[in-house]
Amino acid sequence: MKTDSYLEKVLAAGHLAVTSECGPPRGATAASVQDKAKYLDGVVDAVNITDNQTAMVRMSSFAGSVLVRQQGMHPLLQMVTRDRNRLAMQADILGAYALGINTMLCLSGDHTKFGDHPMAMNVHDIDSIQLIQMVKTMRDEGKFQGGAEIKGAPKMFIGAAANPFADPFELRVMRLAKKIAAGADFIQTQCIFNIEKFERWMEGVRKMGLHKKCYILAGVTPMKSVGAARYMKNRVPGMDVPTELVERMGSVEKEKQPEEGIAICVETIERLKQVEGVAGFHIMAIDWEEKVEEIVKKAGLYPRPQVQ
Amino acid sequence: MESFEPVIVAFCCHYCAYTAADMAGSQRLPYPSNVKIVRVPCSGKVDALHILKAFEKGADGVYVAGCLEGDCHFKNGNDKAARRVDYVKRYLEEIGIESERLMMVRMSAGMGARFAQVATEMTEKIRRLGPSPIKAAAA
Amino acid sequence: MITAERKPLEEIIDYVKPFKRILLLGCNECVTVCAAGGRKEVGLLASGLQMAMLKAGSSIEIREHTLERQCDPEYVEELVPMIDGADAILSMACGCGVQQLAMRFKDKPVFPAVNTKFMGGSQRQGVWDERCQGCGDCLLGITGGICPIARCAKQLMNGPCGGSCDGKCEIGEDVECAWHLIWERLKALGLQDRYLEIMPAKDWRPAGGAGPRKIIREDLAE
Ligand code: SF4
Repeated sequence: MKTDSYLEKVLAAGHLAVTSECGPPRGATAASVQDKAKYLDGVVDAVNITDNQTAMVRMSSFAGSVLVRQQGMHPLLQMVTRDRNRLAMQADILGAYALGINTMLCLSGDHTKFGDHPMAMNVHDIDSIQLIQMVKTMRDEGKFQGGAEIKGAPKMFIGAAANPFADPFELRVMRLAKKIAAGADFIQTQCIFNIEKFERWMEGVRKMGLHKKCYILAGVTPMKSVGAARYMKNRVPGMDVPTELVERMGSVEKEKQPEEGIAICVETIERLKQVEGVAGFHIMAIDWEEKVEEIVKKAGLYPRPQVQ
Repeated sequence: MESFEPVIVAFCCHYCAYTAADMAGSQRLPYPSNVKIVRVPCSGKVDALHILKAFEKGADGVYVAGCLEGDCHFKNGNDKAARRVDYVKRYLEEIGIESERLMMVRMSAGMGARFAQVATEMTEKIRRLGPSPIKAAAA
Repeated sequence: MITAERKPLEEIIDYVKPFKRILLLGCNECVTVCAAGGRKEVGLLASGLQMAMLKAGSSIEIREHTLERQCDPEYVEELVPMIDGADAILSMACGCGVQQLAMRFKDKPVFPAVNTKFMGGSQRQGVWDERCQGCGDCLLGITGGICPIARCAKQLMNGPCGGSCDGKCEIGEDVECAWHLIWERLKALGLQDRYLEIMPAKDWRPAGGAGPRKIIREDLAE
């Protein structure tokens, strides 16, 4: 075991892991994190706390993670390279670890153009792969990125994202290989709607033996309405929602659409369970955290294993 | 103001509008004497600076007359002129000159009647707009 | 080349309003090529300014002049005989030219008439694209001749990110994804394996991280 991360323990014990996410509020209210997280308590193994998601200012991932940790749950600190340079990131990693956070996800982040501060500078001192490298060096060599020794190295279980649906497709497996070579221990994928394409990607992953080198958590998202489905299909860069799914969402009455979205999500998990190399699921129910329990239960992923 | 007689500069391509003006003359089609014709070898030869200087030196209106679409003697000088006219129109607004005072028109060498009509309409339009704000300010 | 674009006339007028005699200076180098501050643009600006001022009920005296290179002290020296006749200088050169003038004529106000934009290349007539950020440690030799620093919206050294779509960058359909281009190039050159090498975190010191940069050529410097 590389770390004390609860998620690592679940995965190492061979269980299908389940993670979910909680977006911190656009305000300074602790209760909004705590209330959202409560829905996930006992339902998932770790909770991603997003970092200025979609480039909108929110309570920091660090603070959100601490709040969740204080509730006795296991936060997964997300960190984007968009907003901080390597000094700030390393400082946060030290601080987070000191406060009991031992699992993180390394991202480059959506461009500021999409957020509420499009006039802000994009930092990108390092990129997501270099961030992975940096966190690994901190953990395994006890050294800062600049080379100096760390007194009390943070032992982070290192996650990265992968988007099997972005272009160029042929590069997507290689990019994963790069992230693993940089030090990623686990992967959370972009939301999977196009299962066939995901399977094709996984074929490539297995061909390179990458599923043996890191844990791959398949990302899923329940759609709330046909409108949301259309929005994701057309508006979100790097999302692949097949037309059939949009049509299926549209084929039921408005009040029934949330139910249909959850049904699709559960079916997706069931199918993904059959895919060799899938080590768990990352359920992204954006502002719909209360439904995660239902999904986890319907998908036969409940109760969650208890590991020591 | 009733006696306002606008000064209009028409940059006319040798291969179309200029010949059309000739034809209007020989057919005795009347057009206002306000229009001062500057013959150019191609409407594409008319630079932003020419147009601007015309206004600076007291023109109340300017138009560039080039060949019909696809008929430029030099391939696409007329299209270039049209884009340049659009560009100068935006600059005129910045300066504080109504962009309607500048126009791009197209015609063929045989269109004497159209030449006379354009000249008349432009003169009417500028007459309605009144003297160029530059001229007014200089007076 | 260095690209630039004229500032809005309103902003320029605000600068020069308090002055009577303006020396309006173009530059024959980059800004001429990108049609922002050469002899012709100097003419256009002078004419536009004259008219706008006249319209506003004031007047201004503008002397037009275009230097071979405004960023070079030798050429700036040419201005000495003209400088007393001017209350202020309006420069259409890039920021380097503007600063050269400010340094040489310490008691003359100098104003920029253009916004200096980026180092770019001409894509086609009238269209310029950013190509280089002068990071001081050129990577083009390993990225297939396409720069991720200047051309990837996130400056990723190990891209493409998850937003790359059909060859376009996530920030907009009119922006090509630099990493898509790099990949296509590597393939065309048979260098796909190179993609797997992780590019380490960049040292930004040569890019300006260590403060203003300077080049001293011992063989040339006096
Ligand atoms: S889409 Fe391509 S160019 Fe745009 S930020 Fe991502 S990697 Fe960079």
